[in-house]
Amino acid sequence: MALKNFEQFKGSSDYVISEPLKNAVNVSIVLQRPLLVRGEPGTGKTLLAHSIASALDKKLIPWNIKSTTKAAEGLYVYDTVQRLNDSRFADKDVSNIKLYIKLGKLGQAFTAPEQVVLLIDEVDKADLEFPNDLLNELDEMTFYIPETNETISAIHRPVVIITSNNEKELPDAFLRRCIFHYIEFPDPQLMEEIVKVHFPNIKSSLLKESLESFYSLRKIDELRKKPSTSELIDWIQALMASGLDAKIKDGDIPFLGTLIKKETDFDHYVSHYIRKKTDNRGYKTYSN
Amino acid sequence: MFRYKYMFTPFFYKLKEKKVPTSITEWMILMEALDRDCIHNLDEFYYLARAILVKSETHFDQYDVAFQEYFKGIASSPELTEELIQWLLDPKNRPELSPEELARLQKMDLEELLREFEKRLKEQKERHDGGDYWIGTGGTSPFGHSGNNPQGILVGGPGGMRSAVRIAELRQFRNYRSDVTLDVRQIKVALKQLRQLNRIGPEDELDLDKTIDATCKNAGELEFKWKRPRKNTVKLLLLMDAGGSMEPFADLCSQLFSAANTLGHFKSFKYYYFHNCPYDVLYSDIQQRRGESIERILKVLEPDHKVIFVGDACMAQSELIDRFGDIYYHGYQKHSGIDRLKQFKRHFTHVVWLNPEHSVLRTYPTVQMIRKLFPMYDLTLDGLHEAVKKLTTRL
Repeated sequence: MALKNFEQFKGSSDYVISEPLKNAVNVSIVLQRPLLVRGEPGTGKTLLAHSIASALDKKLIPWNIKSTTKAAEGLYVYDTVQRLNDSRFADKDVSNIKLYIKLGKLGQAFTAPEQVVLLIDEVDKADLEFPNDLLNELDEMTFYIPETNETISAIHRPVVIITSNNEKELPDAFLRRCIFHYIEFPDPQLMEEIVKVHFPNIKSSLLKESLESFYSLRKIDELRKKPSTSELIDWIQALMASGLDAKIKDGDIPFLGTLIKKETDFDHYVSHYIRKKTDNRGYKTYSN
Repeated sequence: MFRYKYMFTPFFYKLKEKKVPTSITEWMILMEALDRDCIHNLDEFYYLARAILVKSETHFDQYDVAFQEYFKGIASSPELTEELIQWLLDPKNRPELSPEELARLQKMDLEELLREFEKRLKEQKERHDGGDYWIGTGGTSPFGHSGNNPQGILVGGPGGMRSAVRIAELRQFRNYRSDVTLDVRQIKVALKQLRQLNRIGPEDELDLDKTIDATCKNAGELEFKWKRPRKNTVKLLLLMDAGGSMEPFADLCSQLFSAANTLGHFKSFKYYYFHNCPYDVLYSDIQQRRGESIERILKVLEPDHKVIFVGDACMAQSELIDRFGDIYYHGYQKHSGIDRLKQFKRHFTHVVWLNPEHSVLRTYPTVQMIRKLFPMYDLTLDGLHEAVKKLTTRL
């Protein structure tokens, strides 16, 4: 059934999307509620917002959250110091406070002449109360600037995508207002599609072998950081550039460093899975 | 399509019954989604209701169980009733039906079919596959899935797709489940109240008011005034019982620890473990038996540390009052457990004891004795809040 009155997100050519996620995106657009995306690192949470923006031909406003980010910064910053400084010189008019009010990312998204996609990236990086401080602004899509006695309200309610790595729990009141989607790690079938998007000309034998090796590596529970999609892509790129094949021989994986990033994981893999060969000088080697 | 959206209301209670933390607000959002024609079949319902109602993958499994129980057997009947009415009201619009099928369909009249369907739906309590009466899969009942009754009603998700109930049955999210009474965030929020803000550190924060004053006095020539930033000066000392009787609460204790440890909120955070009761040594690593003597700890740590003991305080009386009470260490011991606790009480100004054990056991002799020394609270959210309040009271 066609949905009326809104552009439907169908995924974009460079981003493979599962049916449930696609529906979640569309519902969050229709209901005008933020979409909270969570999932393992490297499952394309951030890219989703980019894909939505490009597919719907909207401008993307990314707001990258850091541990020091304050909610108020997203609305506006009143640069008092600049104004004070300017007041010393006669060449600038400091009587107009408006010139010193700088809108934050949320403010920019509200005042944009066209609907935009607002990405609040890694919301869990900030302070525990950060999401709660944005509740009203995201709900009403409006905020008040006391300095200029102005109310900024959204001309077009932005499409809001929020990503979280689950480093901190998010407050319930915030969660209640969101649509939530958990991106599962792609199964081999979906992964095949994802790889093909990145490497349209990949040989089917290489694709099959690399995926087999990749998923068998992911099955090792002892790894503290399992390789994710982005690592797979890097690895395949390295394989294609070098012309090596992806088959695991005696546990040997070429360019293992592109897949396993933690030293402890690397050591674990080398000591448990690679059948050791010694060269004539007595050194252990991990030759291909 | 789902015009009869109120028929889902029992599903809401089913979710509540399975302890899925969902609220009326979210339920209303789902109703809005139904109103706005966002959901067209049970598969979409499964995912979208989950997206709207459930906000953590740790609760996906409970959702799956609730979904299964609610929709299983009567698989997709709400959708069906609507679909059925649409379909049967205008059977000619269904191109898949051949004229023969149509003729056969009309053997049973619509009202009768619907009435019968509802009747059986009420009688039916569980899933039925095969057979010729109940609604289910296979079989020759007029109601069901993959059956071979020509007048039959297809019950189930759209063909060729995985039916939502089957997805729910797979329960892929079983491993994500975490039934916890007190989660890390709640602990963190409680511990955050443990603060005393004082201005410390270098003067690197612009004092706007003073700067403006000074600049005015300076006849407009800018003069900056700086101040020290406000920082939390609370130092926390967490002492945890890692004895055998604490085993059932190991998870709870590790949550408390990880909350305090990752909060990054305190000026300093120290932790030690002990067995049953602190004796001569407190362990920083209980497995390796690596630790520090209490004498040293009391010498190094200032008395303004806030001390939280976590333990069940249940032990044999001899373990608390005897000089050789340490059952894990047979040897010379300078002081009894209770004397050690008294040393803590003398040295630190703020000490509380959190007890994960049920309040019923509070009559236990050793618990009573320790309670006389330190205020004791349950290791629950309320208890934690009270303990924090106690720790922040001014003397």
